[in-house]
Amino acid sequence: MHARADAADTAPNWPDDIFATLQRFDVRQVPYLPDAGHSKLIQRVLASSTMRGIPLTTEEEGVALLAGAWTGGQRGVLLMQSSGVGNCINMLSMIPILRFPFLTLVTMRGEWGEFNPWQVPMGSTTQGVFELSGVQVLRASNAAEVPAVLEAAAAQAYNALTPTAVLLSQRLIGAKVFTK
Amino acid sequence: MSKANLLDRRQVVSTLLANRKDVVAIGGLGASTNDMCAAGDHARNFYLWGGMGGAAMIGLGLALAQPKLPVLVITGDGEMLMGMGSLATIGLQKPSNLSIVVLDNEAYGETGGQTSHTSAAADLVGVARACGIGDARAISTMAEVEAFAKVVHDISAGPRFANVKIDSASLEQILPVRDGTYIVNRIRGDLGFQPI
Repeated sequence: MHARADAADTAPNWPDDIFATLQRFDVRQVPYLPDAGHSKLIQRVLASSTMRGIPLTTEEEGVALLAGAWTGGQRGVLLMQSSGVGNCINMLSMIPILRFPFLTLVTMRGEWGEFNPWQVPMGSTTQGVFELSGVQVLRASNAAEVPAVLEAAAAQAYNALTPTAVLLSQRLIGAKVFTK
Repeated sequence: MSKANLLDRRQVVSTLLANRKDVVAIGGLGASTNDMCAAGDHARNFYLWGGMGGAAMIGLGLALAQPKLPVLVITGDGEMLMGMGSLATIGLQKPSNLSIVVLDNEAYGETGGQTSHTSAAADLVGVARACGIGDARAISTMAEVEAFAKVVHDISAGPRFANVKIDSASLEQILPVRDGTYIVNRIRGDLGFQPI
């Protein structure tokens, strides 16, 4: 059973900070995989009149989608979980080849207080996988630093065409709690 | 090798693109990208040389960004099988200006002609329809190709999907430009976007 509270009165505010930054950078396409850590941000995106939330069946679809979006003149951001990063590896090769602005926000599993051993291998290699693929990695470990990290990531991704992943640490999100 | 009565891939693609007007066309990794180039290089051609399985999603991203332009993905059966989940994503988004054509020779022609799943088990038209793409057609004649080439320009009635059975003839390779940044920026320039 999943005991993490996602109710509106206890939901964290940092997803609102992320949403505001994405809005300021005129992000229009937001492909995502369902994910508890991103749930509030996904709700904000789906309620937005300027952004389009696009649910995917696998994360690699989002990389190709963002290549097409940029070709057509729009910016996007890919929302996923650390376990999904492994699904993207071949498609990440498009980023340096096509040189399009790539920004992804990754909620982390398999690190701070993880309960499920199956999450640990991919969580442990997420940063390395990105770096080997030519994607710069920034990390936000607490709510106070989210706005500055997002600002830096969006600026370098969209203004300097520097592919960037923001890891939203499990410490920030809160370890998933299973109770009997 | 070739079965009788199957269509010639180059003739299919050149018919699809003959009167293309403002269409943006995306080729799949493999022979379909070569076929697009053989039909004539064009500033709005997106040639895929990697990222197998991504052609339909590039088409979706482009179609959503440019809803008033017809966007046409021309790919192969192997490439489409690898990105089959994207048909579900497209079926959900329902971009009315997106058309997908699969050139289906039931084989992986680039790698020695190994048999693909469409030869015996996978029905891509059925998959597309089951994923919510209402206009999903099986095409076996040039008249049907000509009819499809016309409806691609109707940006109010998509998404649509066509699976074209082609012969497995191995043709002379006509290789398009492979500098990806050039390809993307050429399309962006033609659409009126300045370099950053």
